[in-house]
Amino acid sequence: MSKISRRQFVTAGLAATAGVSGLAAAANFAKRYGLVPPDSGGIYGPGETLTYAAQRLFTRHSLAREFPRSMISKVPFANNMPPLNDAFKHLQGGAFADWRLSIDGMVARPASHSLADLRSFPVRSQITEVVCEEGWSYVAEWIGTPLFEVLKASGVLPQARYLVYFSIDPDWWESIDIADAQHPQTLLAWAMNDGDLPVAFGGPLRLRVPRQLGYKSVKFVTRLMVTDSLKGLVSALDPKSANFGYSWYAGI
Amino acid sequence: MRASLKPACRAGPCYASRVSHAPSLRNQGPPRHTLLVRVTHWITVISFVALLVTGVEILISHPRFYWGEVGNSRTPPLFKIPIPSSRATVPTGYGYVLPDQNGWSRYLHFEAAWALVLTGLVYVISGLWTRHFRKNLFPASADRTWRAFRSVIAKHLRLAPPDEADSRSYNVLQRVTYLLVIFVLVPLVIWTGLAMSPGFNAAVPWAVNSLGGRQSARTLHFFVSISLVLFLVLHVAMVVLTGFASRMREMITGLAAASQERT
Repeated sequence: MSKISRRQFVTAGLAATAGVSGLAAAANFAKRYGLVPPDSGGIYGPGETLTYAAQRLFTRHSLAREFPRSMISKVPFANNMPPLNDAFKHLQGGAFADWRLSIDGMVARPASHSLADLRSFPVRSQITEVVCEEGWSYVAEWIGTPLFEVLKASGVLPQARYLVYFSIDPDWWESIDIADAQHPQTLLAWAMNDGDLPVAFGGPLRLRVPRQLGYKSVKFVTRLMVTDSLKGLVSALDPKSANFGYSWYAGI
Repeated sequence: MRASLKPACRAGPCYASRVSHAPSLRNQGPPRHTLLVRVTHWITVISFVALLVTGVEILISHPRFYWGEVGNSRTPPLFKIPIPSSRATVPTGYGYVLPDQNGWSRYLHFEAAWALVLTGLVYVISGLWTRHFRKNLFPASADRTWRAFRSVIAKHLRLAPPDEADSRSYNVLQRVTYLLVIFVLVPLVIWTGLAMSPGFNAAVPWAVNSLGGRQSARTLHFFVSISLVLFLVLHVAMVVLTGFASRMREMITGLAAASQERT
């Protein structure tokens, strides 16, 4: 009953060889084309890599849905956030006139922009949905400076692979790949629904990444860092990390 | 031989002739379930349990459902699940907040979804290739009548013991149920799940727009999952009622139980 014929043995051997070499070739291809996310290790690594690779292969240039003005939520939902720190309150006291956004790392021209400087870049407005990983959502109009304009002004070096962005709260930061950083809809938002961006929604400056879940849209952004590696910076499975055990890629 | 096998006998190697040449008396005929069916079945079981547990965990972070594109704690829900939440921002009426389990739950949910989708692809492609669906799941023409349905349902209601035909092949109710799960519910649960992904929706906006929006997709995902859980409960109940040990042996080893053990 359980005797294996020579033919079955040869077939199984060939299939196993093809499978192993196919996997090796796929791994090589994935590394070469930047399809491996920084949290590709561990027990959830295979699923995470499949998700990120599939999204990067098939959705790299797609645009997040934009909605008609009539669909803007009457009561947008401001999520809970950690208490505002003294540095924030100090700047808030000065009506954010001294708020700075610095850009450093793998750029030709590091820079520091005030909110007024940011407003002198080309302005983009988009009506997109904020989607929380918990399940809820709302639609708002976001007005701001496309991130790629700011990156272009500083000259991103060719070896750059990631953008790390920091909130004024030192424990709050996130990172995205260069494809998302240079995506036309990734926005340094400073206004929302025809007014200044309220503090509850991340004002005076929030990085909106509309093709990913809300936790990637960090509030109160003060610093951008362009880098080729997240080693030593990110460990998504580490409960002490910025994303509290949440997957690095949040396009799903 | 059962009637539904006859078309397959004409088209290819006959079941009956292989049975008559079977060397072993105890294990009559080819396996009750092929190796591929058994392996894909158990991978699906593991994936489904992982998806169910993590799905419930994710649901707990916002046990409210909406219809349309948007919905949150400040908009009226379509309905609520009366359980506490793992988020303080959700008004549940309970005075406490459950611990947040979404980090690992989301990781495992999507990893298990990949396992289910890839296993499902292997199963469906091989099932078409080996004509498993046509031979074992698509109801024979004589059974594609309301009368056949009614007689099987009546038999179930009378709690009649399974007869010899039931031990060798699926009845029309089983066939239709399995086909519904494989070709309707699982594709639907994948579609409604993908329609919640902001990255996927950017690339394929009609997938979410045709469902009536992202919150509709989430609500439908919930109901399709409930349907799959109902199937699971019925499926396990039938396995237990018709002989747990022999059903398990068939799905693990592939060997049909000897007929004297069936009574």
